[in-house]
Amino acid sequence: MKFVDFVSSEAIRTNIGSDDKESVVRAMVSALQDVGKIAEDQFDSIVEAILKREELGSTGIGRGVAVPHTKHPSVNELISTVAVSKEGVDFDSLDGEKVHLLFLLISPPDRPGDHLRALENISRQLRDDTFCSFLKQCKEPSDVWQLLEEADNNQFVS
Amino acid sequence: MSVVRKAVVVSNPQGLHARPAELFSRLALQYESDIEVIRDDLRIDAKSILNLLTLGAAQGTVLVLEARGTDADKAVEALERLVVSNFKADETLSQESSG
Repeated sequence: MKFVDFVSSEAIRTNIGSDDKESVVRAMVSALQDVGKIAEDQFDSIVEAILKREELGSTGIGRGVAVPHTKHPSVNELISTVAVSKEGVDFDSLDGEKVHLLFLLISPPDRPGDHLRALENISRQLRDDTFCSFLKQCKEPSDVWQLLEEADNNQFVS
Repeated sequence: MSVVRKAVVVSNPQGLHARPAELFSRLALQYESDIEVIRDDLRIDAKSILNLLTLGAAQGTVLVLEARGTDADKAVEALERLVVSNFKADETLSQESSG
C-alpha cells in the first residue's frame, strides 16, 4: 500500500505547534472534515474514539512518530492525514521522545488488513533516517506530499 | 550466552497492529537479551514498536523469535506466550511481575 493510496493530500498540516495530544488530534480530524473526508456530524465521535484508543496505550511508536487511529463505522475506506510539529508534541511514547510526525488513520471496522498494511508502509518508510528527517523539516503541506510521493517511488527505501 | 529460537504463528484476527506491537515491545524491554523477530528475510529488533510494525504480520503469519543473552530462554517463552494468547497482555505481564 502506498502513501498516495490513503493519505488525503489536502488535509496535510505542517504548522501544528506543540499543543497537547487532544488539540493535535482535533486539528487533524478537523482538517479531514474540511476536505469532506469525514461527515461533520461524525467529528466528535471520531475524535472521542481516537482519544479513547490513546488511553489504552500511546500510539507513539518511536523515533518521533505517532499513529493515532481508530476504526469508525462512518467511513467506507481507510482515511488518513499527516501532521508535522517542529517543536514536538508530548505523546507519552514508549521511548520518551516527543512526536514530530503524526499519521492519523481512520478505518472501516471490517477492514483490519488495510489498517495493518498502512501501518506497515508508514513504519517501513520511517525507518529511513533521511526520509524521517526530511519530513520533520517540511514547512509546507506540498513539501510533505512530494516526499510521500518520492517514498512511494522507492526513492528512500532500498 | 545462549541463543534461543522459536517459531510462533500470529493468530489474532487483527494481526500485529499497533497495540499488540506496543505490548510485545514493552514485554521484550523487560529482558536483557538482544531479541529479534524474523519474518522471511526481514529481521528486526523486538524492542521497537516501529520495527515490529514493519513486519506487517497479519493473522496466520509465522514469526521466528530469536533471543541472545543470559535470559534468552525466559524472554522467548514469555513473548511466545503473549503471541499465543492473542496479545492478552495484561495476564502475561502480571504473570511476569508476580513470577
